[in-house]
Amino acid sequence: MHGFWRWLAEKWVLLLGFVLLAYLFVPIAVVMLLSFNQPASRNTTYVLDLETFQFTWNNWTDMCGAAGICDSLLRSIYVGLSATVIATILGTLISFALVRYRFIGRGSTNTLIFLPMATPEIVMGTSLLTLFIGLQIPMGFLTILIAHVMFCISFVVVTVKARLAGLDPRLQEAAMDLYATPWQAFRLVILPLVLPGIMAAALLAFSLSFDDFIITNFVTGTSDYTTFPMFIWGSNLRGIPPQVNAIATAMFLISFAFVIAGQLRTRRRSARRAATS
Amino acid sequence: MAALLPTASGTPAATEIPVEPPAGMRRRKWIPYALLAPGLLWLAVFFVYPVFQLVMASLWDPSGSVETGYTFAWAFSNYADAWEMFHVQFLRSLGYALITTVVCLLLGYPLAYAIAIKGGRWKNLMLVGVIAPFFTSFLVRTYAWKAILSDSGPVVDFLKWAHLLGPDGRLLATEFAVIAGLVYNFLPFMVLPLYASLDKLDVRLLEAARDLYHGPVRSFFRVTLPLSMPGVIAGTLLTFIPSAGDYVNAQLLGGPNTQMIGSVIQSRFLVVNDYPIASALSVMLMVTILVLVTIYVSTAGTEEVV
Repeated sequence: MHGFWRWLAEKWVLLLGFVLLAYLFVPIAVVMLLSFNQPASRNTTYVLDLETFQFTWNNWTDMCGAAGICDSLLRSIYVGLSATVIATILGTLISFALVRYRFIGRGSTNTLIFLPMATPEIVMGTSLLTLFIGLQIPMGFLTILIAHVMFCISFVVVTVKARLAGLDPRLQEAAMDLYATPWQAFRLVILPLVLPGIMAAALLAFSLSFDDFIITNFVTGTSDYTTFPMFIWGSNLRGIPPQVNAIATAMFLISFAFVIAGQLRTRRRSARRAATS
Repeated sequence: MAALLPTASGTPAATEIPVEPPAGMRRRKWIPYALLAPGLLWLAVFFVYPVFQLVMASLWDPSGSVETGYTFAWAFSNYADAWEMFHVQFLRSLGYALITTVVCLLLGYPLAYAIAIKGGRWKNLMLVGVIAPFFTSFLVRTYAWKAILSDSGPVVDFLKWAHLLGPDGRLLATEFAVIAGLVYNFLPFMVLPLYASLDKLDVRLLEAARDLYHGPVRSFFRVTLPLSMPGVIAGTLLTFIPSAGDYVNAQLLGGPNTQMIGSVIQSRFLVVNDYPIASALSVMLMVTILVLVTIYVSTAGTEEVV
């Protein structure tokens, strides 16, 4: 018993941490559970009542069964990938300029990067809506893409900047001392070192774009370019099809597997490096 | 290779190689601007200009409509009208956001501390756990909370059993449900910056504090907390700003008495099409948050948050 109290005194912070993590998982577990439920009607998709729980595989075997659900998923992936590519390129260029060069207007550039992150999404959504209405630009894929790239850029800059700032500037000088041209030094030395940061930024951009609802809600207008979050929101009146839970669970499991695989790879690589050195 | 030879033969190289910035970086002053141009242009056209447009729209003549078109009229009365109609929701949103931020800090600090200081071999796995909610959709997570807090759900059942809630009592459509949803959705935004600053903390400082006869409580408040202030500031901002403008939680978990300013702006824009008032509300929200953030950051005394 004495040993237990000592253990608890040592580990209570860690235990509290795990309890809080468990709290973060509660709704995810509920979504997983509900993905095996056959609700009486679409309006009871999000009712958690074990007495009326009806086990089924249908939501999994017939994922695209609800009209429009998989189309919306594909649209979200398409918008997400497009926005990620553009925002990652634009953001990476900005962070190189900010970290590698001293120039006039650096302070105001930093402010301009910070502002979108300090602005509530609803303000960005409404202001883009007034712009598009004013210019009479038809809402749809293009307006959604424009908006997503806009709010992703700042996050890309911050992420890549952090990686670049940790980089020893003498590496480039060393490469150039060895007669590498600036371009070669960049491509062969700097870029491979910054790549993990760029990849992290791209992942962040994709998840921000893929899951965005508030801004997208404003720039979709009356167009039928419905992204996945917009599909869920739009089904609110008629009730949400239970397949949404199966898709959300699948999304969770796939992303989780990817991240864990990435973790294992870095761990194995550092173990190998430790073994060879 | 010639430049390396003196080093190889053992003589110090530093004196023989002239230290100068690489040729390409020294001369071409236009390079940084070329790198910045595309991204900043995007932000200028699709962030700065629209915000300017929004401010203009907030001063449109309110007697116009979508069909007849609006005219610019310096109609500052829009702001007075907007305040008159919706100050309850406006102040409520700021209040909810404040409570959410405080609760997130109280929950997020122990979690970030556990991961950064006590995590050990669990560290990476715990970090994955913090971002795991992002692997499912924001709306789906909020709907899941709706299920958890629903009238026939487990939480209400338990509270009724424990007589903490009357037979007709419910959690949905209460302030509690809305704030619980906000706390859940924005907790990771608090934990991640806190973790980043606690992870940089030199554990030897804590040992030094202990060696100097500081108890655990005192060394926490005198050493750990002050050193993690940049994380506290970044985390509170990243929690407060999105929760003040959120309307998803209020819409899905709340009722008419818990409506937030985001819902009002949303329905004014997309349902009622009352652009001048909606724009005025949006501008008010943005300016209020910018002012609060500026005051907060300057009193808290960190120069660089990002």
